[in-house]
Amino acid sequence: MERIAFALFAAIAVGGGLVALFHRSIVHSAFALMGTFLGISGLFVLLGADFLAVVQLLIYVGGILVLILFGLMLTKPDPSERKLRRVLLVLAAVAVPAAILVARIASAARWAAAEGPLPDPKPAAREIGFLFLLKDAYLIPFELAAFLLTVALVGAVFLARQPHPPPPGGEDR
Amino acid sequence: MSLGAYLAVATALFVLGLAMMIARRNLLYVLMGIELILNAANLNFVAFARYAAPAGGEAALRGQVFALIVILLAVAEAAVALAIVLHAYSLFDTVRPEEPDLLRE
Repeated sequence: MERIAFALFAAIAVGGGLVALFHRSIVHSAFALMGTFLGISGLFVLLGADFLAVVQLLIYVGGILVLILFGLMLTKPDPSERKLRRVLLVLAAVAVPAAILVARIASAARWAAAEGPLPDPKPAAREIGFLFLLKDAYLIPFELAAFLLTVALVGAVFLARQPHPPPPGGEDR
Repeated sequence: MSLGAYLAVATALFVLGLAMMIARRNLLYVLMGIELILNAANLNFVAFARYAAPAGGEAALRGQVFALIVILLAVAEAAVALAIVLHAYSLFDTVRPEEPDLLRE
């Protein structure tokens, strides 16, 4: 059962990524990326990270993807930009070294990883909440993350404003 | 399932994201490729956390906490990067990543 679910989610994730890479239209690519995020969310569920799976759905499918779609709507895409030859070449040039590297690492490393069927995972949301709020756990990263989000959002608003019109008599741009 | 299967999926996603960043000539594809790469890294974090500490406890959650912080960084990065893309589009009227070359002049 777990094997079937893993195969399904992995196929959705990798297939979505392939479609996103190869499709001619960037809108279709963005929607294929939604499949990838959904598949990864399913893999998180299989790994016992229930809270992370929900966060993945909320943030990626509900947030970042919508942000990218807004970016698509506000810019003019170049429909002839995809050159199949270039995409295939780059994919091969990236995939072959990555595959060799990962195969070497996987054969050389001695991870203290459990094999076989693992015990059922416990619900993680409550424990993660405690970890983020305890002083000797992850309270400082939590506060720093809040600070970073504030700075990033204010900065994004500042950057995304319309550029100032050129001063009179000055050069354009 | 074994740890290696999850690592293989994460590697495939990383490769796809990197190829998307390099091969497609649109700034928004670069953004999407970065998101794919960060997702692959997250999958690795969670898979290692699950298989290195199958009994649970704080060690099993460490990877998940790290993945949460990576998601948060990805959100901040996406917001700022999209703002930069829109700004560049209004300046140069294109989303091709090799067009803006003001510093070269």
